[in-house]
This record gives sequence, C-alpha cells and structure tokens, in this order.
Amino acid sequence: MSQNKSLSLSRRNFLKTSLLAGGGMLIGFNLLSACKPEAILPIDISKLNFNDFNAFIKISDEGYVTIFSPNPEIGQGVKTAMPMIIAEELDVDWNKVSVAQGIYDPKNYQRQVAGGSQSIRFGWDALRQTGATTKQMLVNAAAKQWGVNPSSCYASQGIITNANGDTLGYGEVVKVAANLEVPENIILKDPKDFKIIGHDITNVDIQKIITGKPLFGIDYSSEGMVYASVLRPPAFGDKLTSYDDQISRSINGVLDVIKFGNKIAVLGTNTWAAMKGKKAIVSRWEQDTKLESTDDHNFELLKILNGNKFKTNREDGNVKTAFKNADKIIERTFESPFLPHNCMEPMNFYANVTDKKVHLVGPIQTPAWTSGKIAKILDRKPEEIHLEMTRMGGGFGRRLYGDFAEEAAQISNIIKKPIQVIFSREDDMAAGTYRPAIKYRIKAAIKDGKLTAYHLKEAAINGNMYGLIANFFPAGCIPNYKVSTANYKSNITTGAWRAPFTNFLAFAEQSFFSEIASELEIDHPQLIIDLLQNVKGTTDERIQYSPERMEETINLVIKKSNWGETPEGVYQGFSAYYSHNTHVAEVADIELKNGMPVVKKVTVAVDCGIVVNPLGAKNQVEGGVIDGIGHAMYGDFSFKAGTPQSVNFDKYRLIRMEETPEVKSYFVESNLSPTGLGEPGLPPAGGAVANAIFKATGQRLLKQPFINQLEISESKILG
Amino acid sequence: MTNYTLKINGKKVTVTADEDTPLLWVLRDELLMKGTKFGCGIAQCGACTVHVNNIAVRSCSLPISSISEESITTIEGLSENGTHPVQLAWKEIDVPQCGYCQAGQIMTASAFLKVQPAPTKDEIREAMHGNICRCASYNRIEKAVKLAAKNS
Ligand code: FES
Ligand code: FES
Repeated sequence: MSQNKSLSLSRRNFLKTSLLAGGGMLIGFNLLSACKPEAILPIDISKLNFNDFNAFIKISDEGYVTIFSPNPEIGQGVKTAMPMIIAEELDVDWNKVSVAQGIYDPKNYQRQVAGGSQSIRFGWDALRQTGATTKQMLVNAAAKQWGVNPSSCYASQGIITNANGDTLGYGEVVKVAANLEVPENIILKDPKDFKIIGHDITNVDIQKIITGKPLFGIDYSSEGMVYASVLRPPAFGDKLTSYDDQISRSINGVLDVIKFGNKIAVLGTNTWAAMKGKKAIVSRWEQDTKLESTDDHNFELLKILNGNKFKTNREDGNVKTAFKNADKIIERTFESPFLPHNCMEPMNFYANVTDKKVHLVGPIQTPAWTSGKIAKILDRKPEEIHLEMTRMGGGFGRRLYGDFAEEAAQISNIIKKPIQVIFSREDDMAAGTYRPAIKYRIKAAIKDGKLTAYHLKEAAINGNMYGLIANFFPAGCIPNYKVSTANYKSNITTGAWRAPFTNFLAFAEQSFFSEIASELEIDHPQLIIDLLQNVKGTTDERIQYSPERMEETINLVIKKSNWGETPEGVYQGFSAYYSHNTHVAEVADIELKNGMPVVKKVTVAVDCGIVVNPLGAKNQVEGGVIDGIGHAMYGDFSFKAGTPQSVNFDKYRLIRMEETPEVKSYFVESNLSPTGLGEPGLPPAGGAVANAIFKATGQRLLKQPFINQLEISESKILG
Repeated sequence: MTNYTLKINGKKVTVTADEDTPLLWVLRDELLMKGTKFGCGIAQCGACTVHVNNIAVRSCSLPISSISEESITTIEGLSENGTHPVQLAWKEIDVPQCGYCQAGQIMTASAFLKVQPAPTKDEIREAMHGNICRCASYNRIEKAVKLAAKNS
C-alpha cells in the first residue's frame, strides 16, 4: 500500500504541541503536508489555526481527549473513523474521546480537507503516527517525572505505568509533555492489539441528527440573511433574451429580482416567497448552442461504437488475430442513461460579500478550488475568501462542483447582503452535473472452450474512463485484451457520480461474463476464479487489483450466500468487481412475484483491508449496494431539446423501502491498510441483479434502467 | 400577510405569513427551527414530516392557513434530549449515513408506532415507503422501527 507523504517528513514538522491557557495540552498536526516551521499553536482553543495544521487533539488535565476534525461529513463516516484511528494509537478509552468540528475562525480557517472515499486510505498512516507520537510524548513525560527510562514504562487506556507499578493518567503529565521534544522513530501497534479499530462505534453526530440540530448547509442562517431562488436556463443551450418581473415583485416577501449572467435571482424574506417569485417571472429564452435530446445522444454514441475513431487505453496480445481464429464470437452492447445525483439535501450555499471579505458557508467537497474560483469571479484577493464547510446531506460527486457557491457569491456581491441560495428539487435535478450516458460494446472470442480475446469499447458523453480502469479486472487474465474509448462532446454538464464509470462498467462486464460462463458451461464465479489464475504472479505493474484478494472475496461470498444451494423459486446472480482499491463480490437472490423479479437479498463480501469501524463500514456497503440496485432498476433521466424530462420524485423514481432487499455484508479478515468503502459496494450490484433475473426469466438485460425492459417481459408472461 | 398563532411542541407562537406558505417554510425560515427538512416540496420524499395532532403530515404541502388549533410536533419537540423510543432505537442501530432524511424518517416512524405498536415487517416497510433515503439506510431504518416497537 502507498505510504503517506508525511511519513517521510520529520516528526517535528508534522506535529507541534503547546500548553493551553485554560488547562490541558494541544497537539496540532497536518495530515497531508508539513506544518510551516514558524507555525505556532494557539494557547486559546478558540483561535485554532487551520492553515498550518489541519487537525488538532486536545488532552485536558483530567485526561479527556477532544479531536478537532476539519473533515466535514458527507455521509461516509469519516468523521467517526478518522478520530478512531488517532484514539487507537494514542491508546485512550473511546468514552473519554469527543469529536468536534473545527471551530470557525474566519481569519485562519479556510483550507479544509474534504472527506471522500479515499480519506481513510490516505490518512491511515499519518493518523496512526499522530496518535502514537502523542502517546510516546506522554510516556516520556511520565518517565521524566518519575526519573526513570521511558522504555521501562508503557501506556494503555489513558494510563501510564512504570516498572514499579506506579501509574499516572495522561492528564497528569500534559504540562510536562507539552514542552518535550517531539519523539521520532515511533513504533505503531500490532493490529492484533487494536482495541478501538475493528470495533463498532456509533456515528459521532448521532445525537445531533436524531434531535434535529442545525448541522447541514441548508440549516445555516445569519442575522439579516435573505433567501435566493434562481431561475436558470430551462434547457441546456438556451440563452436569456428578456424577462418581466412585475408580477414577481408584487408577491409578499419578494425583496428584489436581479439578473446575473444568464440567470435571474429572486430574493425573498423566506424560501417560499423567493420560490414563488421565481415562478412568477415571465422569461424569454432563445437557442444559443445546440439543444440536444436523448435520441441524439443514442444516435451519436452508437455512431461512435460503429465507427473506428478510438483511443486505445490498453492492448495486450493481438485481438484482431484472435477474433479471426475464434470458434465463436459473442458481442453485446450495454446502454445507460444520464443520472442526476439527487442528494437528499438540495444544493445550497450561503454568501455574504462585503468590502472587507467574502464569507461563504455550505456543503462543498472542494473548498480550496471553489474559493479560488470565487476569488477570480469577484476579482478579490484569495485571502479575502473565507469558506466554512458544513455537514453534507449526501454528495455522490455532486458537491465536488461549486456552481451553487459561485451563484451565492455572485448574488451577494450584487445586492451586498447575506444571502442563501436554495435549489428546489426541480432546480437540483435540472441544473445537474450528471453521470453521463455511456454505451459499452464488448466482444469476446472463444476458441477450444477458452476465452481467448476480449475487446471493450466505450462511447461516453464528454469524457472517458480514467486511465487506471483499463487495468482493472479482467486486464492480465486474457491473452488478447483491448480497451478502446471515445466520446461525444455535449453542452449538458456532466461530472463524477458515485464510483465514476465503474458504476455502469461493472454491470456491463459482469453481465457479459455471466453470459460467457453460460456459453462455456461453467459456473460464473468459477469462470472468474479460473481467469484470475492467469494473472497471479504477474510482473505487469499496471495491474491494479490483486487476484489473490479477489479470489478470496469471491470464495467468501460463495460460502455466505449458499451459492447454488437455494430453495425452489429463488434465483441467484453473481458479480465481482474491484474499484477504489477494494475488492467486492456480491450475490443477489431474487424471486418472481406475478412474473416480476423482486430482489430479496444481497450477500456481499468485501476486502477493504482493515475495517476501521465495522458498524459504519456495513452501513456504507449496504447503502452502496441498495443505491446500485435502485439506479440500475429505476434510474431514468432523459432530455428533449436540451430540457430534462423528469425533475422531481413524482417522475424520477428512486428506490424506496418496499423495493429494498436485505443486505448481508461480510469482510475478509485482513491486516492490510484500509481502502475505500463509500463507493466500491455499488458497482457490482446491478450485474448481480441482472444475472439473477436472467436465471429466473431467461431475459438478458442490456440497458438500464431495468424497469423499462421488465414491463415488456411482464406482458410477455401475462400474455 | 396574516398573523397565525400555532401550537408547536407545546408552545404557542405567532407568525406573520402569506396564507399559502407551507408549514415547512414557516418552521425553517420564520421560526428558525431547522430540524424539519426540505427534500422535494411536493409530498414525495417525507423529509419534511411533522406530526399534526399525532398524525404524520408532509409540512411542505400543508399551507399555514389550514392549521388552527391543531398541535404540531417537530423533531425538536419529539422528546427531551432525544429520548423517544424511536430516537433511542435510531441511536442503537446507528441508522444515519448523511443523516439528512432521518428527522423525517423518525417522525414517520413515531407516528406509525402510535397507531400500530406491534407491526409486522411488511407493515413497517409499507409505512416507511413514503420516506426516501438517498443514502439507502433502509435496512437499518427497518431494524430500528422494529426495535423501537419492542422497547416502547
Ligand atoms: S419535502 Fe415534503 S415530502 Fe419532500
Ligand atoms: S441518511 Fe442520507 S438521505 Fe438518508
């Protein structure tokens, strides 16, 4: 596993300590880079400086530990898991630990690190080092107090013990420890001695969530703040020509109507007035660039697949010759629509632009990037932008893009008032950064009962799969292997969506492998395991996945799902996929109800290295699997002349409780560093369900959403 | 604009609002009670669920003019310090992911358990069907409702 950068840095530059005026000791550290040598820690906790340090630990005189995490929570549990790692190496009782969001200090608090699927993977080493280094300082302090050698002392559960059996609590030595040199060459715990990591820990914000405390961006308000509802182009490709705001302005609570760029903002004393005012605007738009429809996209993507203008992402052997010599060729085309993110908390942002500074508050994953962009747009100095992050009501990739924050800043800049932009659900779905529509064509050659060639072609909107993806499974397993990509440029905005590319690619590939397995008359999981043998011991450094770990994950799911031993009327489908450094295998159990498939259960096996917080990890996996099934089954989003055709939950279907299967998750036992968890559960889910449906009905699903095809299959059954 | 006197979480409050203003926005923007959430505005997601005379209601679609003597309970007033059996069960099962939908889920579940204190699995799934959780914490919601039923 990759070592964190900070490990190569001197401990002194990565961690600093000081005594607090109010008692206790403060440890500041920087997870991603060194702290400036001149950086100093405050002695007053309200002055925490998040520029040089991006996280802090406070140990009180009574031995209570507070971990100040700058990481906002997006729903992936990092706000709980990251402090767990520190507390483990620090060796304190979790009941004595509290986690606080960094205190807001507009002067210093601006460059936070956004949480994401990879936070734990990247933070693992540095967080452990921080906890362990702090513990060693406390031990050194106790040893000094006793006049003994530190190596004769040890610390556990917040208490330091020496050879005579004397004890001192952490809180009793902080005054001495704060003035000691930061020790180097720290020894980390053996994972088998972990007392917190690997144990179920409840979400640190749980109490606030269940009592309705204002945690989210949309909950933020300030004195004098007004609400903004924005009228954006109704179609991608439209330009505003004129508008009439007379009726809008006459609505109670509407304060102002302003044009900015190609948009109109209605300001109101409350959200309702602003939204009503927006609806009352009479606007005229004209076509500026092309107005695209889903039919156009289908046409263009199929044209790409039928053509020969591709970039080669990876090629092994000679695919052409292998196809020429094949006994049989199988070729399938898999198709997916655009998808909106639909975070439960609609996009929103607060801005207060004054002559002195630009104050921004809200849910965003890219604070530095967004601050920079806003500085440019408003022509302000970067240090005048103060961005405060809040808990996020879901992200799924949408909150990587700061369009909503830019809007808030622009509006506040014009009216010089604190404002909050709130998207309605319709705004949120119609002004998205969508998962782009993608089509895959996969072709396989079979010769002498073996898979001899594999060619994957990707035709996507606005961009193609990341370079590494061509080196995921089955790269290296098949002698003649090729991945080709090409894209069509659209004016519809697209972006990352939970498990970018793999969220659909995994479905396509694992459906295809299921079909090849039938063709070769071999069990699907066995086919994958057989193929994995070909890549074991490879010297090809481009290969991303581990065949050994993937095989073990598959074996675990086979065992836990009773693969192949289900009762009459239960049909199983299998799927396995590697993404975000994590190996996942899934088995879906379905039953037929009036000819319609119902997903009853999904068994998941995951190898994500050490599981930091099993309680949180299972939540992520369950959510990812159900999300994957929901979108594969129902996610349908289309355009007509640049206009999205479904913009609220009455027309756009998300999976709900009654359609939800039971998800049982199991983790491969591991001593390896933790890897991503927020995303990798999702990609295999659609394939597992599609493969189970094939077993039940004989229908091969090649397009998402499944529901549009299943209706036909139902009428077949009924007719 | 009209003055309305509402009974919210046992307290009388007076607000000035347009008659078509949904209760959701009165709570959030006028009274700054931000616990009740906005998700869709068209009674499709359940994020805005509150109790009106103990019945679960979508506050995004309830105009303030239609409320008079009814007593309204929001997530902030469901219990003191989160000690309602449903809240305790939510904590024990560790239901939330992003957490945004959970106030609405808890309000739907607590109203449901009042009329159906010993629900079957299917009844729970039906009762909670109107509340979307985009993070898909549905398995845990189901478990937590079951646990709350057992404990109350
Ligand atoms: S916001 Fe009221 S049901 Fe969605
Ligand atoms: S926990 Fe995120 S929407 Fe339910």
